[in-house]
Amino acid sequence: MVTTSNDAVDLSLMDPVLERYREQKGSLIPILQRAQGIYGYLPQEVLRKVADELDTALSKVYGVATFYSQFYLERRGRHVLRLCDGTACHVKGTPRLMSAVADEYGIEPGGTTQDGELTLEVVYCLGSCALAPVAVLDGHVMARMRREKLLGKLKDQLESKTDLPVRESE
Amino acid sequence: MSSKAQALAATRTEARLSWEAKTNAEVYVTVGMGTCGLAAGASDTLEAIQKELAARGLRADIGQVGCVGMCSYEPMVELQARGRDRVNFGQVMTEAVPEIFASYFDGEPLKESVIVGRALPTITRRNGHALHSLSFFTPESDEKIAFHRKQLRIVLSNCGLIDPESIDDYLALGGYEALEMVLSGMTPEEVIKEVTDSGLRGRGGAGFPTGVKWGFARKTQSWPKYVICNADEGDPGAFMDRSVLEGDPHSVIEGMIIAAYAIGARYGYIYCRAEYPLAIRRLNIALEQARSLGLLGEKVLGSDFDFDLQVKEGAGAFVCGEETALMNSIQGERGQPWPRPPYPAVSGLWGQPSNVNNVKSYAYTPRIIRMGAEWFKALGTEGSPGTAVFALTGMVNRTGLIEVPMGITLREIIYDIGGGIASGRDFKAVQTGGPLGGCLPEKHLDTPVDFDSLVAAGSVMGSGGMIVADETTCMVEFAKYFMQFVCDESCGKCPPCRIGSTRMLEVLERITEGEGHLSDLDEIRRMANGMESGSLCALGQLAPSPVMSTLLHFEDEYKAHIEGECCPAGSCRALISYEIDANLCTGCMVCARNCPANAITGEKREPHVIDTELCERCGLCKDLCKFDAIIVS
Repeated sequence: MVTTSNDAVDLSLMDPVLERYREQKGSLIPILQRAQGIYGYLPQEVLRKVADELDTALSKVYGVATFYSQFYLERRGRHVLRLCDGTACHVKGTPRLMSAVADEYGIEPGGTTQDGELTLEVVYCLGSCALAPVAVLDGHVMARMRREKLLGKLKDQLESKTDLPVRESE
Repeated sequence: MSSKAQALAATRTEARLSWEAKTNAEVYVTVGMGTCGLAAGASDTLEAIQKELAARGLRADIGQVGCVGMCSYEPMVELQARGRDRVNFGQVMTEAVPEIFASYFDGEPLKESVIVGRALPTITRRNGHALHSLSFFTPESDEKIAFHRKQLRIVLSNCGLIDPESIDDYLALGGYEALEMVLSGMTPEEVIKEVTDSGLRGRGGAGFPTGVKWGFARKTQSWPKYVICNADEGDPGAFMDRSVLEGDPHSVIEGMIIAAYAIGARYGYIYCRAEYPLAIRRLNIALEQARSLGLLGEKVLGSDFDFDLQVKEGAGAFVCGEETALMNSIQGERGQPWPRPPYPAVSGLWGQPSNVNNVKSYAYTPRIIRMGAEWFKALGTEGSPGTAVFALTGMVNRTGLIEVPMGITLREIIYDIGGGIASGRDFKAVQTGGPLGGCLPEKHLDTPVDFDSLVAAGSVMGSGGMIVADETTCMVEFAKYFMQFVCDESCGKCPPCRIGSTRMLEVLERITEGEGHLSDLDEIRRMANGMESGSLCALGQLAPSPVMSTLLHFEDEYKAHIEGECCPAGSCRALISYEIDANLCTGCMVCARNCPANAITGEKREPHVIDTELCERCGLCKDLCKFDAIIVS
């Protein structure tokens, strides 16, 4: 079920989160959101700890973690490209952007390159439909994407080895 | 008057003065800082404006505002010198900042950016209260610009006008006056009556009368009760609620406080999708501001009514837009719906009476209380009073966020406001209601837009997405796209939805790949019937709608894929081929150099040829060809 991670996970980072939310009704989702904020994904050990501490079945925690698309059970790439495939973006060419990235980097939506550099995600609607098609690279929203422009930005970003500043909108 | 109410009155007086001062400053500049504006580069533009002001030695007040709805013009900037018209400039990238100042102050022509219009504040007065909004007029005459001529902004009135992170701006333009009226002189029953009398129908899509819903929650004799705002705007192609939350968050909060008073709730939640980080941030800022002014918390404005609320961030599940799934999600469960009845007004969050409304329904409420039910009821149509907000996108010339009086026709929206179909192509269909709505063809363009007429025509109002498709959009592919969405987003609880959507997607895939049979069309109808009657919530019940409406209006296109093995729109990869028109090809070699499959050959300055065996039909050559020499057949 849950993938085991290679590196040791520092579970003590979860203590303040659990402390804050333990007594709140219905706090499982915010706890998992904070955990993902800490680790970048949800390692198996963390899910177990959350289940133990909340005195809940691991199956319930796993059920919630797998139900929502925002949660990741596997480590993601250093850079994340999200392509919007909402209706407006779809009719304005996202499928072609998707195949361009797939051809160039050999990854399908949801996948990460072998070297762990890039994860490609497809999301339904970022709500910026008038600027379709929209792509988000490391939190930087890019409007009216074209194949060449996108591949160029992607290349620059992967080579730059620095992260784009995270924009206010993220 | 309580001390809290007095403090609010004093703050409002101050806020009005600073609003006057700001809007009459030597120079007043506003920059649209919604998600669209930021995506287009508004933060860089703002920096460049500060530099330009310094270079010109101008003292200016700069305001960040929400979205005025003209997304294709982002980033947008408004300039106003004291005593002169306020002019709205569009497409103001950093390089264009000096030229808009040169245009405004020195009359120089523009090269990079454009003048959108003169932005004039408009005030509607009723019962001693006022509704402020912005209207856009052409630079030359007193006529409104085409995009705005048929619009009527009520719920979006503050968007683009006020700084969404300033409660003072909201207070200066009549914000929280409705709450003062409610707490100082209206019983909960009177509030419910006023909202019911206005005829306001829920803007989440179903159109249930808001006041009636509140009445049900009021009647249930069980406490605690909850008010919940459904801000899980998951429909692809919809961003109305995002714009309201980003541009005018206090109006939603004020509406929720009034609703809570009316039904007797002491706590509330705004369930906002995680994909809207800016909306969440601005809501949290607004909540803090409201708390510090005594508008939330114990003894709101010194009355004996306690109320507070918090933002719950979604975690990425479309089905959570369904109210029972949403409440499950707030409870920390998987977002799966439960059967209704009992309705949330009787048994909702944690089994307690709960009132769930859409963002816009709450945002209308303070305006209705302030301006009166009669005023609202007189707008729009008899059965659907007020206005409708649409995110107009797809293949129209002017995309954006619009607010129109109910009863306007689809044609007026697409042609008069949207400026018709882009690139001179032909209109094919308009899709309303998102993945659970329908497509309407040309013959339905004169349908008035209101809850009941759209249903009669075979579509739905939905929450407000409106996507226009032109002749290059394949309707089978379009339907397949929506079914793929439902397939991904079905929560899995009801087999007719979970399995039905997968099976229906398989059939649609088969058709778009040229492997379909005529019997597939009956198969689709049969499955649709099962999904509609056998699913618990609207997601499963309405999932077949896009397929059924395209099948109803574009059956020929389905048949062309099946019998003729061709895609009339030239879009389905398996059914098209690319050729080069030798008369138009100049032999520039751009296509040959870029073809990922190396399928294009030819000498320089000689017509090129595509090897159809090698061609992967990616369409890149067509995108790149400057001479329209690539033909799809």
